[in-house]
Amino acid sequence: MLLDVSDLWKSYATPDGAQRVLEGVSFRLKAGQTLALTGESGSGKSTLLHLVAGLEAPDKGLVTLQGKQLSGRSDAIRAAMRRDRIGLVFQQFNLIPSLSVQGNLAFQARLAGRYDPGWISEMAARLGLSDLMNRYPEALSGGQQQRVAIGRALAARPDLILADEPTGNLDESSADAVIALMLDLVAESGAGLLMVTHSPRLAGFLGARLHLSKGRLR
Amino acid sequence: MNRVVLGALLSHWRRHPLQLLTLVLGLALATALWSGVQAINAEARASYARAAGALGQGDLAQITGPEALMTRETFVALRRAGWLVTPVLEGPMTLGRAHFTLRGVDAMTAPAPAQGAMVATGKGGQKAETQGAADIAVPEGGVIFGAPETLLRLGGQSGLPPLRPLAGLRQGLLLTDMATAERLLGMQGWVSRFLLLADQPMGRPPLSSIAAGLKVTQKPSGNDLARLTASFHLNLTAFGLLSFAVGLFIVHGAIGLAFEQRRAGLRSLRAIGVPLGRLILLSLGELLVIAAVAGLIGTLLGYLIAGLLLPDVAATLRGLYGADIAGTLKFRPGWVAAGLAMAIGGTLIAAAQALWRLARLPLLAGAHPRAWAQGGKRMLGVQAMAAAALVAGGGLFAALGGGLLAGFLSLGGILLGAALALPVILSLALGRAARGRSALAEWFWADTRQQLPGLSLALMALMLALSANVGVSTMVSSFRQTFTGYLDQRLASELYISARTPGESAALAAFVAPRVRAVLPIWSVPISIAGRQVQVYGLVDDPTYRDNWPVLRGAADGWDRLAAGRGVMINEQLGYRLGLAPGDMLRLAPDWSLPVVGIYSDYGNPEGQALVASPSLAARYPSAPRLRFGLRLARADIPALRRALTRDFGLPAENIIDQSALKASSLAVFERTFAVTGALNILTLAVAGFALMTSFLTLSDMRLPQLAPVWALGLTRRRLAWLELWRSLALAGFTMVLAVPVGLILAWVLLNVVNVMAFGWRLPMYLFPGEWLRLGGLAALAAALAGALPARRLARVAPARLLKVFADER
Repeated sequence: MLLDVSDLWKSYATPDGAQRVLEGVSFRLKAGQTLALTGESGSGKSTLLHLVAGLEAPDKGLVTLQGKQLSGRSDAIRAAMRRDRIGLVFQQFNLIPSLSVQGNLAFQARLAGRYDPGWISEMAARLGLSDLMNRYPEALSGGQQQRVAIGRALAARPDLILADEPTGNLDESSADAVIALMLDLVAESGAGLLMVTHSPRLAGFLGARLHLSKGRLR
Repeated sequence: MNRVVLGALLSHWRRHPLQLLTLVLGLALATALWSGVQAINAEARASYARAAGALGQGDLAQITGPEALMTRETFVALRRAGWLVTPVLEGPMTLGRAHFTLRGVDAMTAPAPAQGAMVATGKGGQKAETQGAADIAVPEGGVIFGAPETLLRLGGQSGLPPLRPLAGLRQGLLLTDMATAERLLGMQGWVSRFLLLADQPMGRPPLSSIAAGLKVTQKPSGNDLARLTASFHLNLTAFGLLSFAVGLFIVHGAIGLAFEQRRAGLRSLRAIGVPLGRLILLSLGELLVIAAVAGLIGTLLGYLIAGLLLPDVAATLRGLYGADIAGTLKFRPGWVAAGLAMAIGGTLIAAAQALWRLARLPLLAGAHPRAWAQGGKRMLGVQAMAAAALVAGGGLFAALGGGLLAGFLSLGGILLGAALALPVILSLALGRAARGRSALAEWFWADTRQQLPGLSLALMALMLALSANVGVSTMVSSFRQTFTGYLDQRLASELYISARTPGESAALAAFVAPRVRAVLPIWSVPISIAGRQVQVYGLVDDPTYRDNWPVLRGAADGWDRLAAGRGVMINEQLGYRLGLAPGDMLRLAPDWSLPVVGIYSDYGNPEGQALVASPSLAARYPSAPRLRFGLRLARADIPALRRALTRDFGLPAENIIDQSALKASSLAVFERTFAVTGALNILTLAVAGFALMTSFLTLSDMRLPQLAPVWALGLTRRRLAWLELWRSLALAGFTMVLAVPVGLILAWVLLNVVNVMAFGWRLPMYLFPGEWLRLGGLAALAAALAGALPARRLARVAPARLLKVFADER
């Protein structure tokens, strides 16, 4: 099993008391499988994704990646697992503004010690970025930036791709193209994909779907 | 409407109290150092004015003769001819280890203030009702007046008339009546100069008809001390301005950041109908209120700083110029107002760009929180050109300009140019460094480069402080090294003795002659050359001078010609002032000109000095006293000779000084002299460190969107925090590396341009890498402290805050 999420609970402190965001969420994801996580705003989709990525720690429950427990581990271990095994794609692209397209694409792969120039070039060509390699993020359109973000996530050949509304800032045709490209590349790499989206249409492109409502899976 | 708009503007500071603190503290620190220096200057100037007033000769013209001394007959002739003049006799007097200038004034004809001072203190402190000549009551046997500290140095001297303190007199100057001065100096019937009293009668005969060679010399504006110390005060003012400029960098940064953060709000205010003019006026009003508050705090801090530094400054002025200034600080409304004006003026300068941008703020453009930083990037090209122009201008001033002001303009141009060039050079260097081998290194340097626009003001402030530090410390250390070597040369005699009277002097000389290797009389006569006093020393022919005297330039047979009475050696400052080089003729008197056969260094002496053969000087001034001697003898013989002098002559210990004690006291004066410079150096560096810290702190909040992705991709917050700390150290290190050559250029200008103009001597420049390392350590400490707080905040930032960066709602 690639990913095993078991009985995950999370709440946040607010001025009105603890606000429960996730209540006993459990699911599994196999290698090569693509899974859409849908739900209305505030349903806890992004929080669930952050817990799976080890960006936050759950109040209770387990996240296990390839048999190795992620939740409850130290910040450094979670960071290392993120670096070596997970690819992240955000809605806001969140590229590193001080690095060029080339630098952004290669960044995580180099951090993980899995830098493969041939693979980066091939991926850049597939993503239509070959002519933009020396540009900086500020000089790219939204669609171009998102393609760089996808490339960055895949460059280190991660086991798991986590995408949070990856096309939320794109128009429909750009969004379709980006999703298609991402699914192709994910399929070729053999990684698993967990994608948060509020769009049922985009969720339809993926192999399976989970719906989150008020912190519970329906 | 004003209240509502002002409320909206001020709400920014409520939400960003740290920024407000930065602004107020930055401005307060800048004002503090500036007004502190001005308070010290004001106190010193007031002391000089008191001294000039006490003597009643501050602005009086004087009549001088063709030679150093005139006779009393000339005085009688002048008075008979209707010239209202009063005689002054002045000469050096050595008592024990201390040297004084004794000035005799004529109680009957001296200006009223001098009479009044003498009467007031002469009668046990009772102030005279009138200050007419009939009221002057100088006790029989005379009275000697001096500054309290001068009199302390005289304490215990026997054979002197009663001593009375007179506040405001220059340190080392003793004032007495003419008869006493004549007696103590052994110059009966002689006059150094005449003071020309105000309200001269009409129809006086020309001076040439009274005596040949008499001429009226107008006093320069101000008084002797003010003129002598002008360069020192200019130096302090330059330091104060430098600190102020460093502080303004903080203010500029804080105002610029606040404007960028308020851009959207300002646009909204405009959009809902607030007129642009009113918005600008209210923003200006807000800044002026902040400036006034910060100015007041700064002025108070300045008062404290001045109070702390004043004793050192007083020591400096005493050591360098013999000026006696009060050790306590008076509250003067003038400099408080000046401090406030500087704070407000500085704020307006620092805010000009932000206000200009506010005036041109487009109503519809979208807010761009990084515009401030991006704008800085665009400025790099302009900045490079401005830097080149400033450095070139500074170089031109150094090479072609004359005068002290040109020297300081040169320093200012080079300093500011280098500071402006810093971000440009850093950007290029970081660009190269970003081509790193590892992904982390590549990101680290590229990210550091991206922070430059936001950090450049603080780094420029640090650059100013560090290069000024390197420059000034190189100058001081070069001076110290040169001075130590110079003391070894000048103080070659093993023992120095001083007689108390001319009679004792002759007996002493006869007594020591068979007991030592050589007796070197130390005696001099003051003469006037080009309106300034020059001390002419008579030297005997002895190998001590040939072997040790610090001659800088001169003829190979210089000492032979001097000994034969066919040459004169002059100190460097006299050579510089008169434009003399070896081979030129120096006119010591109308009928006495000698070729300059050597120029020697004479550090620490503000006045001109000349050496001639002792017989030549004695032939012209047979009655000039010769009270001091340098003795050459084996060190082992010193104790026995000291005992004999005490036993046979009753010579007090302070009249028998050995070389090492003299050197130690000279070096102590030197160290005290530069204590204030060291303190200002440290304070400026502290202000720059504060600038760096505030920049890091204000940027740290804006940095989260750049750091969050790196964190998400696998770097821990702790590691990122360490990297932030390293970034701070690396930037300070880069800045230090660039500050060293700039500081050395400054030191060169200080040693070869400013010092020559200010003091008349040129110093060799030495390099002190150990000091650079120490300064680098201090800079690293400042950077570590500045970076530590933001780094700690980053290490502890809640993941939720970082995650907000990725959230839709951001």
